[in-house]
Amino acid sequence: MISFQEERPPEFLLEPTEGWELPDFAEIWAYRELFFFLVWRDVKVRYKQTLLGAAWAILQPLLTMVVFSIFFGHLGNIPSDDFPYPIFAYTALLPWHLFAHSLTESGNSLVTNQELVTKVYFPRLVIPGASVVAGLVDFALAFTVLLAMMFYYGITLTWAILTLPAFIFLACLTSLAVGLWLAALNVQYRDVRYTIPFLTQFWLFITPIAYPVSLVPEKWRLLYGLNPMLGVVEGFRWALLGKADALNASVLVSVIMMVILLIGGLFYFTKVEKTFADVV
Amino acid sequence: MSDVALRLENVGKRYRLGEMNRHRTLREALTLAAQGPLRRVKARMRGEATPPAGQETFWALRDVSFELERGEVLGVIGRNGAGKSTLLKLLARITEPTEGRISGYGRVGSLLEVGTGFHPELTGRENIFLNGAILGMRRAEITSKFDEIVHFSEIERFLNTPVKRYSSGMYTRLAFAVAAHLEPEILLVDEVLAVGDLAFQKKCLGKMQDVAQEGRTVLFVSHHMSMIRTLCPKTVWIDQGRLKALGETARVAYDYQEATVESGTVPLAERPDRTGDQSVRLRSLRIRPVEGGSVISITSRLRVEIEYESDRPLRQPRFYLDVCDVRGTGIYALDSDCTGSIPHMLPARGKVVCETDYMNVTPGRCYVNLAVFKGGMLSDRVDAAATFDVESANFYPTGVMHEREWTMGVIEQRWYPLDEG
Repeated sequence: MISFQEERPPEFLLEPTEGWELPDFAEIWAYRELFFFLVWRDVKVRYKQTLLGAAWAILQPLLTMVVFSIFFGHLGNIPSDDFPYPIFAYTALLPWHLFAHSLTESGNSLVTNQELVTKVYFPRLVIPGASVVAGLVDFALAFTVLLAMMFYYGITLTWAILTLPAFIFLACLTSLAVGLWLAALNVQYRDVRYTIPFLTQFWLFITPIAYPVSLVPEKWRLLYGLNPMLGVVEGFRWALLGKADALNASVLVSVIMMVILLIGGLFYFTKVEKTFADVV
Repeated sequence: MSDVALRLENVGKRYRLGEMNRHRTLREALTLAAQGPLRRVKARMRGEATPPAGQETFWALRDVSFELERGEVLGVIGRNGAGKSTLLKLLARITEPTEGRISGYGRVGSLLEVGTGFHPELTGRENIFLNGAILGMRRAEITSKFDEIVHFSEIERFLNTPVKRYSSGMYTRLAFAVAAHLEPEILLVDEVLAVGDLAFQKKCLGKMQDVAQEGRTVLFVSHHMSMIRTLCPKTVWIDQGRLKALGETARVAYDYQEATVESGTVPLAERPDRTGDQSVRLRSLRIRPVEGGSVISITSRLRVEIEYESDRPLRQPRFYLDVCDVRGTGIYALDSDCTGSIPHMLPARGKVVCETDYMNVTPGRCYVNLAVFKGGMLSDRVDAAATFDVESANFYPTGVMHEREWTMGVIEQRWYPLDEG
């Protein structure tokens, strides 16, 4: 009987590991409460000691939209697929800001939370994941402005709006996909911190936010689709404005690209996560 | 009947030198990656195994094997840098072993630091939940223990105040209160009892004793031999990454203290973080009580031995030590110019000694910045050259002792009512 007891399997086994593997999703699920606490902390703390507080969440996309409308829409006469330019820009700026913000936060998350990483164990994926989800609160605030604008411009919602959650989810996954790579690289190479602002700026222009996809020459469309944010932005326009030609081959390419980035990111993150505490 | 809680088999952890302090830049990594294949080919031609690209390595811990039974409380002692913290980090799963295997039977909770994840902007109440979750408690668990935690921490009135407005004492008390209510099967504790005021330390010690009696398995790292003696029947001594001794605390602790008296010298020659023109180099520093032994207490007199080295004899030398509190507040300046008793000329290499009067400093950690000047110019300076702990001792007949947090000095005093009549 005693020998039976001695042979019970250990509850955990720590050994050197090698090779590539996916994260242990069951374990992450077990840490869901910590995940929500981190989201809650990020949300609570974000606008502490700021004058305008949560208004920042609305002001950022709103002011960008105003600037775009003046310079691209009005002065530049950029077409906007027959929608009022402000609406056209704002529907794309919404997911864009979600993406840019979540990307920045999750990319820096391991470094800003290094106190946790070096002192307590939990699946590290929780940290960038929580950063992405925390970004949804800002998104929700900015979304109310869109509803007001649509009412003002008299644009009616179609049944397509029901698919919007799917595209919000897609935006989060895209942020996570890129954020995972950046977060893991940032632990070792602090260059990433300086790359992120540049990256988001650059990315803004290769994504059809200020201009419609139709401006891109037909033969370049598939290549253009390699941008995983294309699918998100076009998806948003389709769901919110009912823009008929939004979903096409390049969107499909874009989604596939996101999946590749995400899976690669998960593998890479899991591979280097064990060394975070040693390196950060 | 054996009921193992934790088993370590030939556990080792290798670090790359510099890995812990330095962030590689992308450029370096690209260069290394470019050189990598070539390096590997060269190494293979010489018949060597592939070295980790371009870096020296060292073993922070190696060949460590032991078993811990359920309900055992094990003390972990060793000098700074001996590998104690690495051991806890491995057990806490913060980092992965390079070789060997650790099997655990039960939920592990670690207390490597109090207040991990406390956010200054959040209130005490919010931080209890956040910190609890980070330490691995379930929300329901925190809720059920909430009142107990608040009561233990003695911060009831400030529950809704952001912790950035707390005094450091309040902060520590709250942090420890959360941690003390963690109930894993295996608990790892690192030095956290050495915080807060004395009364609170006693309370924590009491709590730790309760934990030990509840049949929880505990690993307890500390420099405070008195705490190790009180809490842990068994102790493991780690020295230079290897398990030096494991057994009854009384015996291991005795051997350890004997050995540290021998090797209480802190080498400084290899320290890269130094300033000055380096015309003289500080080689080592040894701090011990004049009375002998290794325990420095409130009533000890300090004896400091400084070993130096230079190319030529030292003209107009001046040795200078700052003895500071951990918060950087200076306690004493030991300055050879104060006494003027160091000759104007010293040999090119040698030792100087400074002996002080009674310390009269409250218990706690002190550190020492060390500098040497030649003809008024700074030759060499090493900050935080050494640390030492001032242990509590019965200074006042009543046993009253004030805490470092509030006061540095201890002084003989007489109180009496003034008899006007």
